[in-house]
Amino acid sequence: MRVKPIKVFALLAVICVGSLLLSAMGDFPAFGDPNSPANAGQLATHYITQVRVETKVPNIVTAVLADYRGFDTMFETVVILVAGLAILAILRRPACESSRRFAEIAAMKSHVDLIQVTTCRLLIPVIQLFALYVIAHGHHSPGGGFQGGVILGASFILMALVNGLRATLLRFSEKKALFLSAVGVIIFAGTGLICMLLGGNFLDYEVLHQILPYTDPVMARSHAMLIVEIGVAFTVMSIMFLIYAVLSSGGEMEGGL
Amino acid sequence: MILTFDTVALILLVITAIMALKIRDLLGASVVLGIYGFLMCLLWADMGAVDVAFTEAAVGAGVSTVILIATVYQTTRHSKD
Amino acid sequence: MDAFLENFNYIVYVVLMMIGLYAMISKNNLIKKLVGMTIFQSAIILFYVSIGAKEGAAIPILDHHQMHVAAAHDDHADTHKDKADTHEGEHADTKIHKADKHAAGAHSNHTSAEHASTHTDKHKHEAPHAGEHDDHDGHHVSSEINPAKFSNPIPHVLMLTAIVVGVSTLGVALSIVQRVHQGYGSIEEDDILNQIGPNADG
Repeated sequence: MRVKPIKVFALLAVICVGSLLLSAMGDFPAFGDPNSPANAGQLATHYITQVRVETKVPNIVTAVLADYRGFDTMFETVVILVAGLAILAILRRPACESSRRFAEIAAMKSHVDLIQVTTCRLLIPVIQLFALYVIAHGHHSPGGGFQGGVILGASFILMALVNGLRATLLRFSEKKALFLSAVGVIIFAGTGLICMLLGGNFLDYEVLHQILPYTDPVMARSHAMLIVEIGVAFTVMSIMFLIYAVLSSGGEMEGGL
Repeated sequence: MILTFDTVALILLVITAIMALKIRDLLGASVVLGIYGFLMCLLWADMGAVDVAFTEAAVGAGVSTVILIATVYQTTRHSKD
Repeated sequence: MDAFLENFNYIVYVVLMMIGLYAMISKNNLIKKLVGMTIFQSAIILFYVSIGAKEGAAIPILDHHQMHVAAAHDDHADTHKDKADTHEGEHADTKIHKADKHAAGAHSNHTSAEHASTHTDKHKHEAPHAGEHDDHDGHHVSSEINPAKFSNPIPHVLMLTAIVVGVSTLGVALSIVQRVHQGYGSIEEDDILNQIGPNADG
């Protein structure tokens, strides 16, 4: 049983790269050191101490994600949308009517289980309500647009697993999913554009206090963060469900897991 | 930052990573990858990164496992190595 | 041995990365390669987030009393500090004048410095009392934010993006695997290479 040359090469590469990395580990600061250069730097200190004054949002991570680093989040949302489109472009094809396929789909229709259907009929509204709570409470507790959007998408995946992909596609069709994902990106970029039209920079939320009623520039940043997180949640929810629908049916959107 | 918990979790992480690559049944490998994701989530919650732990639990251990199993369903279940 | 125990977690991160890299290069099955890619990505994210961890630190979410007393306390502390500074300046001037009048030398400077320092100590002692307030249990809690008591939020933000982008990349890779299976009937690398033929160029 001779050893394949690719495995020898892989072992050599791993040993070289691993030893290089390990030799660099000696210069690292101790684990959990509050005075390491990354932790005691000016930027981290500024974010921790000034978030309550400048944005009035208790969750520092959400404030940095949606406000101070809003560009990163916007382009990440675009990346998710483009990944969904790429999966559609690679796999999507019209359903073929071969006899083996037809028999499979007909057999799948009777695979609906009573216990699963009843349980999920009770569970899915609660899951979606929890997801909306996670989106809305991103300012005060761990959460935000991404987490809530993924939980919403997972609720639709659960519906597809239990009731069959066809029944779920009747409620949340491919067209609706694509439309909602585009709407999410438009909400995010649109907020930035409105900020520019009102006189500030792109994604400079302070100038939004002119159109949002009863807010001062600091609260306008907090409210704009919520709007932007809702946009992110739309895109993430639609694309997560779309990825599952395309992958589990092999591109045909007919049968599936 | 509980040190014994960190150590045990890191050792378990290495064991699950090696197992996910050694199991020939691809369905089992996907499930072990889900275990790997949950262990990561626990480690990050211990380090104080609760947002990252929440995202990894939802995305890495939830959606990622499901789409991997969906692909295994559409292709073959057993691998030769 | 000491170096091993100190850097134990970094060594484990490197081991995980190398497991992922080995799997991506040497495994035959395409899905095993993707499993290796996932392990590699998660190990990098784990390493990055561990840089922001601090011993005995809280999660980066501000508490209720740290948020709301904040605005009032910041202005209050500024005016208090200004008052303390001007007070200290006046007192130091008068003390130095008196020292010059009495006698010169290190001794009188020393006493004036001591006077000034005790004076500022008293002022410093007053300021925390103004900033502290009792929360619901009646404990004394300060609403000054100490950055060393919170985990560093910047690695968390960057790695949130990395995780979501990683799952998108996994989705695209899995769709390519399915397409390859539809075209060649197998997802083992040597089978596919045999089917493409020995002269697979371009």
